[in-house]
Amino acid sequence: MQKPLAAIISAGLSKFGRLDGMSLREIFAVAAKEAFDSCPNLNYKEDIKAIFIGHMIESSEHQCHTGPLIGDWVGLPNTPSLRFESACASSGAALRSGVMAIMSGLFDIVMVGGVERLTHLKTSEATEYLSLSADYALEQWNGFTFPALFASMAKAHMHKYRTKEEHFAMVAVKNHSCGAKNPKAHLQKEITLDKVMSSKVIASPLKLYDCSLISDGASCLILTKPELARKFTDSPVYIIGTGQASDTIGIYERDDLTKLNASILAAKQAYKMADISPKEVNLAEVHDCFTVAEILAYEALGFCKPGEGGNMIENQETCLDGCIPVNMSGGLKSKGHPVGATGAAQAYEIFLQLTAQADKRQVSDARIGLSHNIGGTGSTAIVHIYKR
Amino acid sequence: MVESSKISTVGGDLNDFTRNEAGEISPTIENFFRYCSERKLMAVRCEQCETIHLPPRPFCSKCYSSNLEWFKLKGKGKLLTYSIVHVPPPQFETIAPYAVGVVKLEEGVNLPGVIKLKDMKNLNIGIELIVDFETLPFESWLGRTRYYFKEP
Ligand SMILES: [Zn+2]
Repeated sequence: MQKPLAAIISAGLSKFGRLDGMSLREIFAVAAKEAFDSCPNLNYKEDIKAIFIGHMIESSEHQCHTGPLIGDWVGLPNTPSLRFESACASSGAALRSGVMAIMSGLFDIVMVGGVERLTHLKTSEATEYLSLSADYALEQWNGFTFPALFASMAKAHMHKYRTKEEHFAMVAVKNHSCGAKNPKAHLQKEITLDKVMSSKVIASPLKLYDCSLISDGASCLILTKPELARKFTDSPVYIIGTGQASDTIGIYERDDLTKLNASILAAKQAYKMADISPKEVNLAEVHDCFTVAEILAYEALGFCKPGEGGNMIENQETCLDGCIPVNMSGGLKSKGHPVGATGAAQAYEIFLQLTAQADKRQVSDARIGLSHNIGGTGSTAIVHIYKR
Repeated sequence: MVESSKISTVGGDLNDFTRNEAGEISPTIENFFRYCSERKLMAVRCEQCETIHLPPRPFCSKCYSSNLEWFKLKGKGKLLTYSIVHVPPPQFETIAPYAVGVVKLEEGVNLPGVIKLKDMKNLNIGIELIVDFETLPFESWLGRTRYYFKEP
């Protein structure tokens, strides 16, 4: 196994869901405070040398310039700060840039994370803003909603591999059963297959319960050089692989609509850097913006062969006691999807799992974790691999 | 609220094609839609490597040549995948539920769009579709004419 690239020494997460009365900076402050308070050896005022924040939709609060906004409100007004916008992969991008900043040697300690506020908007407004991550000229302009783009991939997968709508529904059932065990999840309740199958059609074949939640929330991680990690904590989590790739902005330009090509490429880079195979991964947080996306992720990340994603969920291989538990946090589906916060929130869950703090949803003997964060229709894909 | 009708158009008169210094119609997305307003589905072909670009691009993304020539597509193809949208964006509320899909044109390039069939029960992957044009009650920087797919 490779020498680690960086270490996570502390992490924080706000509750995900409807955070009425809280603005972006206040939501982020909750996540930052948890990260600060759970690492008493960190003199954050002095030690944190840079801030990298993922945030997508500034119109929700008429507020750009998220970097200094966040720095100011976490008591670091003079610390260099940057905002990353890569649609739903914004804080995956912030995390990766934080790792690169540590690897560059320029900074010993950086703070990365993400924040989003959406629930105060009308649903139609929120969905319209989210659709901005897809091609405007030929997709949005032609009436493709964001669910319709993933629905088109779902339909192609069903046609090519005989995947069934029930397979997508099974992902929702699993992720809600995990989210029910996560006190920070947006929707902490189990649902039945029947409930998913009979829910309102959004864009066929995807139904209401195939879609992730529109949530408020923030995530925060403190990164340092691997050799410094034990100065701050007895149980650091090391990042041992990072990968990122892109795909065409429009799905129509892609040769094969049944696969997430950027995710395949990003995963290959991360596995190679970490010098591990997909079989060695003990648990993963993958980007289930729609249930079909989780099935496409199984295949892209090499957990199964192309076309076998449906069987994988049907055989319960990705449940808590399966061979590779996926989305034990509840995923975007049940934990929630405050888009800018999602990528670093996945890393937060892996941090909890690898430090045995995941309580009722703890994967036993978790040593190696993976996070998979995509932007838009998979036009951005970011994969990280972690070990304890 | 991002409503297409409120986004101002770029470059003034939508009917005027923008042209390069040699007076040729520039390979831009706006010009693609100007051609649509003349009921023509047009793409550009790279004269060096023959790659077709739909919509057009400023230069060939395969071989980087700037020798691109507009040509008319036949406007016929087969449906690769589709979805029926039940929860539409505001501008589409009046036509929901409606079908959208990705069509592989005879020339080998893909084009996404709205699909209108007399009987939506005939909507299946693999069906043959042809392009037609419609004028919309709202406009964006892409004008107000849109192509769509229907049965031959
Ligand atoms: Zn060329």
